[in-house]
Parts: sequence; structure tokens; C-alpha cells
Amino acid sequence: MIENLNFLGKPSKDKLNLFVSMGIFLFLLGIIDLILNSFFETNITSILPRWLNYFTPLLFSFIGLHYIRIELSGIKILDQLNKNINSNWFNAILSLLVIFVLIKTIPGLLNWLFFDANFIGNTKEECTGDGACWLFIRFWITRFMYGLYPDAEIWRINVAFLMLIGTVITAFFVGPKIKKYIIIFLLFIFPFIAINLISGGNFGLVWVETGAWGGLSLTFIVSIFAMLFCFPIGMFLALGRRSSYPVVKYASIGFIEFWRGVPLITVLFMASVMFPMFLPDEVFMDKLVRVIIAITLFEAAYMAEVIRGGLQALPKGQYDASKSLGMGYWRMHLLIILPQALKITIPGLANTFIALFKDTPLILVVGLLELIGMIDMAKANPYWLGFAIEGYVFAGAVYWVFCFSMSRYSLSLEKKYKTDR
Amino acid sequence: MNLKSTTSSISDFFYARPKLKYYLPQALTIFFIVFIFGYFSYNAQVNMDNRGIDFGLRFLGEESSFDIQFTPFVEYDGTKSYATAYLVGLINTIIVASIGIFFATILGVVIGISRLSPNYLIAKMSEIYIEIFRNVPLLLQLFFWYFAVLRALPLPKDAINFFNLDVSFLSIKGLYVPRFIWTNGSLFLTSIIASIIVIFFLFKFFKKEQEQTGKQYPKFFISLAIIIVLPLLTFLIGGVSLDFEYPELKQLSATIFNFQGGISIIPELMALALALSLYTATFIAENVRAGIEGITRGQKEAAASIGLTPGQTLKLVVMPQALRIIIPPTTNQYLNLTKNSSLAAAIAYPDLVLVFAGTALMQTGRAIEIISITMLSYLSLSITISIFMNWYNKKIAIKEK
Repeated sequence: MIENLNFLGKPSKDKLNLFVSMGIFLFLLGIIDLILNSFFETNITSILPRWLNYFTPLLFSFIGLHYIRIELSGIKILDQLNKNINSNWFNAILSLLVIFVLIKTIPGLLNWLFFDANFIGNTKEECTGDGACWLFIRFWITRFMYGLYPDAEIWRINVAFLMLIGTVITAFFVGPKIKKYIIIFLLFIFPFIAINLISGGNFGLVWVETGAWGGLSLTFIVSIFAMLFCFPIGMFLALGRRSSYPVVKYASIGFIEFWRGVPLITVLFMASVMFPMFLPDEVFMDKLVRVIIAITLFEAAYMAEVIRGGLQALPKGQYDASKSLGMGYWRMHLLIILPQALKITIPGLANTFIALFKDTPLILVVGLLELIGMIDMAKANPYWLGFAIEGYVFAGAVYWVFCFSMSRYSLSLEKKYKTDR
Repeated sequence: MNLKSTTSSISDFFYARPKLKYYLPQALTIFFIVFIFGYFSYNAQVNMDNRGIDFGLRFLGEESSFDIQFTPFVEYDGTKSYATAYLVGLINTIIVASIGIFFATILGVVIGISRLSPNYLIAKMSEIYIEIFRNVPLLLQLFFWYFAVLRALPLPKDAINFFNLDVSFLSIKGLYVPRFIWTNGSLFLTSIIASIIVIFFLFKFFKKEQEQTGKQYPKFFISLAIIIVLPLLTFLIGGVSLDFEYPELKQLSATIFNFQGGISIIPELMALALALSLYTATFIAENVRAGIEGITRGQKEAAASIGLTPGQTLKLVVMPQALRIIIPPTTNQYLNLTKNSSLAAAIAYPDLVLVFAGTALMQTGRAIEIISITMLSYLSLSITISIFMNWYNKKIAIKEK
């Protein structure tokens, strides 16, 4: 097949201009054929039989790419192009298929997302275009962010999160001396302030029961608390698993393997229906608290395995050296072992945190409605039926932004703390 | 007395008594665990007494009296026991997990390899796919496929008819494919198993022959011939025959149409399998990429310098080494997929969690027993998969002499 294409002679540098112009012409012809076919319903090759007609764009572009595949042509762009997408006939076909799929899908997608979409208005009737109806999101955005939290009290959630963001940003700009205090504040004092602020009940704030919490703010509340607690627990479990005391070791192994072996949904069911049976009748524990405890224990087991990987990767010399300096178990681990182990586990820790964040929507199976739960509720509203896709695309974009930035941040941390030996 | 001297006097105290230092923390741990378990079970006892429930598994034998819409392999209806309902749920979980693992592996390997393709477009597209599907919660993807995509399929009346063959139909009620009806099917099955065993021993023989004499056989074609010819013989002389039962559109009432006959794959199963495999494939793809990248360039150059073709290099040099890096994290992904299949409960696919920890729990109110059984089932599924993968991992590990 390839040989038959060479009636002009093998594409070579001698007839560079001829081949390149022929190739570009054929390639563009194929692309134009496809565009005309899919968007303007005109077919420039309708004279050909139907089975051939279907493949003409591919055929034209393929021959075009074959003609411009000239090694060491001396033209920089052409050489780059050949190397990257056109190195042999198989690669050329793959590239063409990708290009065709992109041409077929991207315009429709953009039209749906932006050009034909409706952004302005408050009622369903104002959605006139063929594209997405973003009014659905606009109308429900307060619910998506704050759940069923009373409208008059929403400022409390805002203040709590602004405080968090403010302190985190200041922590980036101040020196290490003040940073220490900021971190202590964030870990030990801020959670109490935030919980008091959001749940209320004292300091003259109205009590808002946790059943009304929801939306994206609940996602953050659950995941921040779970992250905060699962890290130290995971660290102790990892140390416990490597302990020289058999009882501690096997207790840790049992704990870790149990939580890693069961799905989060059953853990959540356990927290919501089984756990109350384990408490005395007069002790009442809020469902949200139970769920956070369950997620914490669940993720702590994964955290423990990640940290254990870091501990195992440290050379034994580090232990021996710190012991020879007369350090005890805790001092050795706090000053020598853990700082190094945690440094090499940054990617794993970040993955666990991201997994935790992505797992939070599952709390909807026990009736806590965070972002995805709220969207599920909004789309079932009789007036707003039929906007499921918009809701899911919105939630997907929100989650994607947070997860993606978390993974990129972990990459930069990894680079920052990389001290190659 | 300040803090420092207190801690040092404590450590001096323990330093002088090594036995105490060894046993005290362990005794404390045991005490703590026993205390927690004792406290919980005491409370559970009191609570159950108060509510007049007794603890036990006898309820498993009682009549379940609820229906499950998808019950392959097991005869089930409302008159069967809770134990049967449990079995149906477990089988449904295993079905969706196996389908998910199968497709996630294929897709993951393809995407992982194309991520490393010299073709810029292919590599970039794979990267975009990975970054999108990895960073969106699985539950959301599941909802997207189920509520947004599969709900948009046509009604059974205008079902999508694949290639106009009137064989398989896709509609909002699910995918309908022909059912195979075997006569003497067990003979056919036996022949396939027999040919696999024959091929297994032939491979052993070929390998021994190659090690001793250096002679190579066309392994692939011989095994292909065996696996085609032997089952085919059963058709010709064994009296095996195969019929198809095609799904047909039936009018159930004035406006309601549905398909009957054939095998139906319900939309919940499709959505779940789709979401699970697309999501898990991204992680497997990253594992595959890391594995292949973990093979140093020197290995490939050495292979090329002794005259192996690129295909041979991949098959004989790169892949055997890369597999050792790929398998352990991929095992974890299989386990995750199996556990994630419990998300089925969110779209009402009747898996173990929905049937047993959902409906059965609601009807009987036996939270402790049912949640424990569910958790133990998942635990044993996980352990089974990890034992199998550990065995495989050990098999391909470097055998140092």
C-alpha cells in the first residue's frame, strides 16, 4: 500500500517544495472534507461510492501526511511535526483519528458549555438556547454552597472559612518563628472557634442543628476535620505496626487491615445504624460527629500504610546513628526518623488526602447532603426537572479544581523538600 | 521539679527495670482493647434488652418477602430466605467487580502505554483523560452515567438496534443480548477446559525443549489451533449444538413496550461497570506508566544491541521487569474497585450493600449482625483477591540463585 503511494517518487529532500505543498494540500483537503461533512452537511466527495466516501477525509489526510514525512528536511517546524505526530504510518493514523475526534466533539462541547448556554435570568423559562442552562446552578447556588443552613446565618460559615483562608495565607508570608504559633492556632484553637461559630448555641448565636448543614461547606467541614485527626492516628498506627512489642504490633496490624478491607459505605452504615447501639442510651452523639469519626478511622488506616512505607524506606543507619547519640524511642522518632519519613511520603500523603476529599460525597448514603447530595436534591425538584447534566458538570468542575490543585501543590512540595543525597 | 527532670527520672525508672518496660505498654494495650470491646458489648447488650431484640443469626432462615430486580445464577423471589437474598447480593457484587476489573485492566494498560507514546497527540489525550477522570469523585461519575447518560437512551419502542441485525438492543431499560441455548453444553465446556490443560502441558514441554535443544516451536499457532479445533470437534461428532434466543419487542399494554427473552443487562449494572472501569483505569494507567518508566534505558539499549526488535524488547525485556513494579499497586486498585462497587447502593443496583445492609436491615432491624456479616464478606473478598495477587506476584518475582 505504501509503495503504491510513491508514484511521484519517494518523498525526499530533492523535491521538497513539491511534496510539502502536495502534502499540505491533501491534508487540508481531508480536514475540510470532514468539517464540511459534519457541520455544513455538504459532501464534496459524493461522486464516490458510499463505502469509499466515508473514509475520504482519512484517506486524503493520510496521503498528505505521507508526503510530508521527509527526514531531515531542514525545515524546523516540519521536522518537529514529523517527529511528534507523524513518525510512521501507524502514528499518522493515530494522530489523524485524534484530530478528527477533536474536530467532531470540541465545537459541540463548547457550544453546549458556553455559546448556546444561558447565563442570565432566574426562571426555567428563560433557558431558550440549545446549550446548558446554567440558571439552574445560579438559582440553587446558595443551597449548593451552604445546604439547608438558614439564610440569615450564612455569614457565620463565611466568617469561619474566611478566617481559615486568611490564617493559611498569612502563614505563607510570615517568618518561621510566627509560623509555628499560627500552625498551633490552626490545629488546636481554630477548630473549636469554627465549630462554635457554625453550630452556634452560645455567645448569642442561634443554634443550627447539623442536619441543616450541607453543600460544599459540609464537604470542607467533614474533610478538614477528618484530615486533621487521621494524620496523627495514622502516624501512631504506623509506628505501632513497626513496634517491637508483639501485642502493640498485632493490634495495629489488625486495626489497619480491618479498615482497609471494608468499603467506606459499610463503615458509614456502621456509624449511622450500628454505632448508636454501642453507646449507653443517655449518651447521644450527633450523626455528623459519628460520620467524621468513621471517616477518620477509615482514612487513618490508609495513612498508616503510607507512612509505614516512608519508615521502611529509611536506611537502618539513621536508627543506629540516633541510638548511638543516646536518643530514646520518642526523641529518635520525632527528631530524626519521622521528619525524613514524612518528607519522602509527601506524594502518598497527598494522594490519601485527595482520596479522602473525593470520598466525602458518600456521606449522602446516611442522609448528610453535601454538594453532590444537594445537587441530587435540586434535580429532583419538580420545577427544575431535567437539569441533571448541568448539576453534575458543575459539581465535577468544583471537585476537579480542588483535587487537581491539591495534587499540583503536592508536586511542588515534593520538589521543595527534595534534598538529594 | 520541672518537666525535664520528671521525664528523665521516668526514663531512668524504666531503664532500671527492662522487664517492666517490655510488659507494661503491652498490658496497657490489651487492657485498653478489652475495655473498649467490653464497654461496647455491654451497652449493646443493655440496648438490645431494652428493645427486646435478641442477638443471633436465626433470622437468616426467615422468609425475606422482598423482590430483587436482578438475580442471575440464583433462583430468587420473595418466598426465599434472607440467606438467599444475601447470596444474590454477594453474587451481584462479584459480577460487577469482575466486569469492572476486566475492563479497567484493558483500558488502564492501553492508556498507560499510550501515555508514553512518542506521538504527542496520543500522549496528551491520555494525560487529559487521566487527569479528568482521576480527580472527580467516583460517586459523581456514577450519577453522571446513570442519571444523565443512560436515562437519555431511547424507550424500548425506539431502541438502538446494533447494525440493524435485530440481535442486540440498547434502550433505557438496559442492554438486551441473545441468550445462548446449549444442547450438551457441558461437553463443550469440558472440551475447552481440556484444551487449556493440553496447552498448558505443551507450553511446559516447549519450554523444556527450548532450554535443552534451542529449538523453537510456533507456540501461538499451535495453541490457537488446539483451542479452536477441539471444541469444534464436539460440534461435529459430540452432538453439541448452539441456539440463540433473541430478545423481542413485546407490547405489554397500550403504551408500554419492553423486550422479552435474551439476556438483559440492566442499566444500573452498565452505569456501575462503566464508572468503575473508567475511574479505576486511570489509576492502573499511572501504575503501568510508572512501571515502564521504571525500567532503565540501559535495559532497552542492551536489548537493542543484541538484536531484539522493538516488539521483542517490549515483550521479553521491558514487560517482565515492569510487571514486578506494576503488580503490587494494581492489586490495591483491584481491591479498591471491589470495595467501590458498594457505591451501587446509591443508584439501586442490587449488590450486597443494597440488598443486605439496606433492605434486609430495614426489615429486620438487626443492625449489628447484618453490618458485621456485610463487613466480613467484603473483608474475605479483599483477602481472597490479595492472596491471589500475592501468589502471582511471587511467581513473577526475581528468582535469585
